[in-house]
Amino acid sequence: MNKIWLIIQREYFSRVKKKSFLVMTFLVPVLSIGMMALVIYLVAKQDDLGDKKKVEVVDENGMFKNKLKNSGSIEYSYSSENYTNAKAGLPKSGYDYLLYVPASVTGVQLFSEKKASALTIQNIQSALSDIAQSQRLLSAGIDTAILAKAQKPITLEAKQITETGEKDAQTYVAYFIGFISAFLIYMSLFIYGAQVMRGVIEEKVSRIVEVIISSVKPFQLMLGKIIGIGLVGLTQFVLWIVLSLVLSMGAGTLMVSKSSGNMTEQIAKAQGATSAQMAQVSTNAAQDSGIGKIMKSIESVPITYTILCFLFYFLTGYMLYSSIFAMVGSAVDNETETQQFMLPITLPLVFTFVISMNFIINNPDSSLSIWLSMIPFTSPIAMMMRIPFGVPAWQLATSMLLMIMGFLFTTWVAARVYRVGILMYGKKASYRELAKWFMYKE
Amino acid sequence: MRFLSFHFSSPFIPKLCLFYKIMGTNMISIRNIVKQYASQQALDDVSMEIEKGTVFGLLGPNGAGKTSLIRIINQITAPDSGEILFNGEKLTQKHIERIGYLPEERGLYKKMKIGEQILYLARLKGLDKQEAMRRIKYWFVKMEMESWWDKKVEDLSKGMQQKVQFVATVLHEPELLILDEPFTGFDPVNAEIIKNEILELNKKGATIIFSTHRMESVEELCDSIALLNLSHKILNGKVKDIRNTYRNGTYLLEYEGDHRAFDGSAPFTLLSETHHDGSHQVKIKIEGDKKVNDILQYLLPLVAINKVEEIVPTMNEIFIQTVSKSH
Repeated sequence: MNKIWLIIQREYFSRVKKKSFLVMTFLVPVLSIGMMALVIYLVAKQDDLGDKKKVEVVDENGMFKNKLKNSGSIEYSYSSENYTNAKAGLPKSGYDYLLYVPASVTGVQLFSEKKASALTIQNIQSALSDIAQSQRLLSAGIDTAILAKAQKPITLEAKQITETGEKDAQTYVAYFIGFISAFLIYMSLFIYGAQVMRGVIEEKVSRIVEVIISSVKPFQLMLGKIIGIGLVGLTQFVLWIVLSLVLSMGAGTLMVSKSSGNMTEQIAKAQGATSAQMAQVSTNAAQDSGIGKIMKSIESVPITYTILCFLFYFLTGYMLYSSIFAMVGSAVDNETETQQFMLPITLPLVFTFVISMNFIINNPDSSLSIWLSMIPFTSPIAMMMRIPFGVPAWQLATSMLLMIMGFLFTTWVAARVYRVGILMYGKKASYRELAKWFMYKE
Repeated sequence: MRFLSFHFSSPFIPKLCLFYKIMGTNMISIRNIVKQYASQQALDDVSMEIEKGTVFGLLGPNGAGKTSLIRIINQITAPDSGEILFNGEKLTQKHIERIGYLPEERGLYKKMKIGEQILYLARLKGLDKQEAMRRIKYWFVKMEMESWWDKKVEDLSKGMQQKVQFVATVLHEPELLILDEPFTGFDPVNAEIIKNEILELNKKGATIIFSTHRMESVEELCDSIALLNLSHKILNGKVKDIRNTYRNGTYLLEYEGDHRAFDGSAPFTLLSETHHDGSHQVKIKIEGDKKVNDILQYLLPLVAINKVEEIVPTMNEIFIQTVSKSH
């Protein structure tokens, strides 16, 4: 036991002391939070950042005169020219678009030299529709007050009934957390698993393994390496979680105070709302959309529960896969030879990851999702994807139990192959060979 | 009196063998070891005794089963059947700390600092940190390695790495030291240093198992040997005794005088002769049960004898002869 501890220490400190570890630990959260902040910023500012499109409006009907609102990227001006002249003069007019509304308001056309962007077409179209709709209703004798009432949008509030009472069912936050945790597990199983494999190959290639296993049992060496590298991963995650929380709290407060007012306006504009709608949208948005709300609902997710589940699935999933990685490392003489053994390891991981991102995230309670979150080889990713949506306790318990049994089993199998493999130099390993090594007596 | 049983032993030897076993003077007793790998037999019913305080040479051509046997003694692998006694007790994991092993395929962590690496290996052998540090300092001074502490293995030459590895092997002062080809990779100067260290450790009481192809170092260092070939033990005993049994009555004779002095009546046959400035050198084989004295008696009146020397086959010759005979 004492010797395993020595091995763990060596594996741990030789990695943690490396510069690359420090760089990764601090750079990753800074970069990822920075990226997120940048994306939110760009979404909020997209209208200001894009070029202004100048639209010349030739309105033969007069219905839209001075009613089209300039939005961030579109600027309307009303021309007194007739249609034919305006159309002919478009290239030299300095306008990007010519919007032609015939007297009948049917067959409205948009001309431009270049192809019009889909977003522009959509924006103009919905602006026109909204105005035309209001106008038609007004001309049918419905008064503005009734109109405003009729146009009040309905917002749907998702609530979840739990034993402790009602709570907001914010699926986009669950989406986000599920995605991030499944992705992190997926990445880390590969990153740290490969580190274990490389460590085993290094010991085998440098031949130090024979010196070491004349002092400790091969199983102790393998376990010490796996635990040591696992602790490196754990250290990195704990640091990432702490740093990310600190940074995102900071960034969150900053964003909320600065841009929530701004944001609602942008959202409303993007929807092409009329002035009547605008007021309502912005009052709603102040409560319901906006970053403030997102931040609040992130805070409402049971963070400790999620993090504990994450650490459990990371550790057990890591133990399960890294022992297989160690087995592969023991069987080969260099890293290129590992190719033939990698497919069975990567296949379940990639498969679960892809299914998680496309299916489980939308159907967290379907039977496929439940099965995938039970099978030890797929459950670390699948279960982490489901957890933010809420998982029944019995399913979580079963999955965890199976996970523990799973990693004990793979570690046992891997150790039997490993003890023989590390002493086989220059022998081309095949699956049949591995099976033979597994069967060897002590 | 040291002794090892060998297949050409005289009748009283088995009794002595028993006597020594009771006295517990055998460091390692190897009893009927069988090891079978999937496709080939590595060791087939191999037994030998390694006496405490001796230097024991484990010899054999490549693939004879030496490394398999060494790995079994180190408990890296286990035999299919048979047993090994360490100092009279059944060999178990607790003996690991009393054995030092320098494998033929050597290696160290390339990116780890020398000092930390030796400390790590010593602690894996059960030394506590303070004691390990004290001994490392002693050996670093002794081997002139003081400035190497913070260097990485990849920055050292091959010979320097071997030195580091040797220190790591002996640091925990093992009672049994197993050295597989210890001199490969050393220049003659360093090989001499290592050889002297090995002999000094032996003088202090360590038993040494020494596996090598270099027969001249066997004659120089080993008290006893075992020769393995094709998973069988084919020769085992004290170096002196083995060489004695391979004596065939051949002598080298140097004399001055008439080189045609002796004729067919001489009590020996002439194997070869060289002549140089009146001095003659001949190789002779003594006939039947005649002794050297008989030859001298015959020669004294005829020539002036400068030198008489028995030609005893070298271990190298015995090695080649025995191995090729067993094929």
